[in-house]
Amino acid sequence: MPGPEHRLAFERPIYELEERLEKLGTKTEPTPEVRDEIRRLRRQRVELIKQIYGKLTPWQTVEVARHPDRPMTADYLTTVFEEFVELHGDKFFGDDRAIRTGLARLDTFKVLVVGHQKGKNFKERSLCNYGFAHPEGYRKALGKMRLAAKFQIPIVCFIDTGGAFPGIGAEERGQAYVIANAMYEMSRLPTPIVCVVIGEGGSGGALGIGVGDRVAMLEYAYYSVISPEGCAGILWKSNAYKERAAEALKFTAPDLLRFGVIDEIIPEPLGGAHRDPMLMASRLKFFLRGALRELSAVPREQLQEARYRKFRQMGILTEGASPEESSAAPESVPPPHHPAETPASELF
Amino acid sequence: MDRMVDNPPEINPWKNLLKRPKKGVPEGLWKRCPGCEQTIFRKEAEKRLGVCPECDYHWYVPARQRIAQVLDEGTFEEWFADLTSADPLHFEGYPEKIQKEQKKTGLSEAAVVGGGMIRARRVAFAVTDSGFIMGSMGAVVGEKITRTVERATDLGLPLIIISGSGGGARMHEGILSLMQMAKVSAALARFDQAGGLFISVLTNPTMGGVAASFASLGDLVFAEPKALIGFAGPRTIKATIHIELPKGFQTSEFLLEHGYIDRIVRRKDLKSELAKAIDYCGK
Repeated sequence: MPGPEHRLAFERPIYELEERLEKLGTKTEPTPEVRDEIRRLRRQRVELIKQIYGKLTPWQTVEVARHPDRPMTADYLTTVFEEFVELHGDKFFGDDRAIRTGLARLDTFKVLVVGHQKGKNFKERSLCNYGFAHPEGYRKALGKMRLAAKFQIPIVCFIDTGGAFPGIGAEERGQAYVIANAMYEMSRLPTPIVCVVIGEGGSGGALGIGVGDRVAMLEYAYYSVISPEGCAGILWKSNAYKERAAEALKFTAPDLLRFGVIDEIIPEPLGGAHRDPMLMASRLKFFLRGALRELSAVPREQLQEARYRKFRQMGILTEGASPEESSAAPESVPPPHHPAETPASELF
Repeated sequence: MDRMVDNPPEINPWKNLLKRPKKGVPEGLWKRCPGCEQTIFRKEAEKRLGVCPECDYHWYVPARQRIAQVLDEGTFEEWFADLTSADPLHFEGYPEKIQKEQKKTGLSEAAVVGGGMIRARRVAFAVTDSGFIMGSMGAVVGEKITRTVERATDLGLPLIIISGSGGGARMHEGILSLMQMAKVSAALARFDQAGGLFISVLTNPTMGGVAASFASLGDLVFAEPKALIGFAGPRTIKATIHIELPKGFQTSEFLLEHGYIDRIVRRKDLKSELAKAIDYCGK
């Protein structure tokens, strides 16, 4: 059980129940009544977790995604893969600890793993900057991905970041450029790429290692263009509206599946990945195994084409403006004839 | 065009950064320069393509005016003008905001794309207008630019994109805006593979998801002087690291110094510089 500082407010009833259970469990010679009580409370605990997790609000999902005990990339490196050989450095500036890269084995597959690491304790967190990567992190990631592509090693990316770091050094070293370049190159790397949002998918910092043939999300992860706090700050000038912003941004896994942004939701153990990291790891492994097996069979050209199509179709808009809308621009030249564009109101 | 000149949208991305009391400058004939705070005779600045005659500050220029400045007269044909934003997230106030911005700018969306000529060289051309929800990229901007890139690939045309996007990826369309960054970048990668020439021109302001996608991916990257260009907004950075930002941080000159742009090009030279670059690199 996590220490009180790690407990989420909405999970309090669960912890209270668990405390009662623990107290009963310490009795040396439990009477039959006590045993019955324990059994009843255990059932009640499962029901309670089901009930709470069955209707998480978007903001509560964010809290679960940011839970300090939630398994992170470094955990999955030991629980999902048989071996991990870390590769350091971007060969240009430094070794950003917010992104880990290295070669790993998953069953018979050799893979390259790239993942954000936020850190578990204060020391680790300050070392890896809470998972906020600098340009050297994205340079390192892309460099290692190129290496993998050269030797036809599939790539597995774990996304878990609040965003790319906003700072002076980051701007000086081309944060915008490295993220743009990472997406640009990932879109055409001739090797399978599988991306999984394991916690927070924070905007450009997430997408910088997020262009893949399969993109999945853990059930309580979130993936957004802006943090709910940032959105609330812009719209309502206050952090206090973060819950409302979380609601508005539609960034939970089911939303993204509906929008066609992700391919699959990987179900989490009852009450979130932090309650049973081993079960989470085995589910993640099951997904990765399937995706790798499937993608390894696809010829490279076909893979690149499918990846292009996948991202090409993203976006919902209206085609074919009403007459008054097109007359809103008085000096616009009437659009030329392109037989392919039959004006039609459609969503795609 | 007249309507735009008479009543330009008030866009000054530095407005919120430099909080200074508004003084009563009459609208219309005169304009206060955001760079030097001098009161400038509007006609004089317009003669100089919207550049302050006193301090050389490059003012905001609406998309249509930009097209007129860069492309040969009468050569622009607009493409994909009938794409308009849906409201996929049912985001509070978004449809109203779109309508308001359409009315304000006379544009249907933040990007205007099409074909045209620069000194008789055929090009595919796109411009984002920071007057329309800060020139932010939602599905329409992403789709318009992607289609333009694809058409440039098919027709073998050089591609020019002038970005003025302080807003980055448009928040109101959530994750779908973010994905436009990947979509446009992927299209540009194909354009690159086909040997196309892409010149990206950065103007004030180019930030966030636009800076972190197509704007940075030019074979050549030009920038107008003193434009605000970067990934994270200065306010965000200040709020994160709690120290004063250095003078000239995130300007074109700053980027030139750090090696992320090829040339700083003044507005009056843009057209000839583009033509020259096409002659060197284009097919």
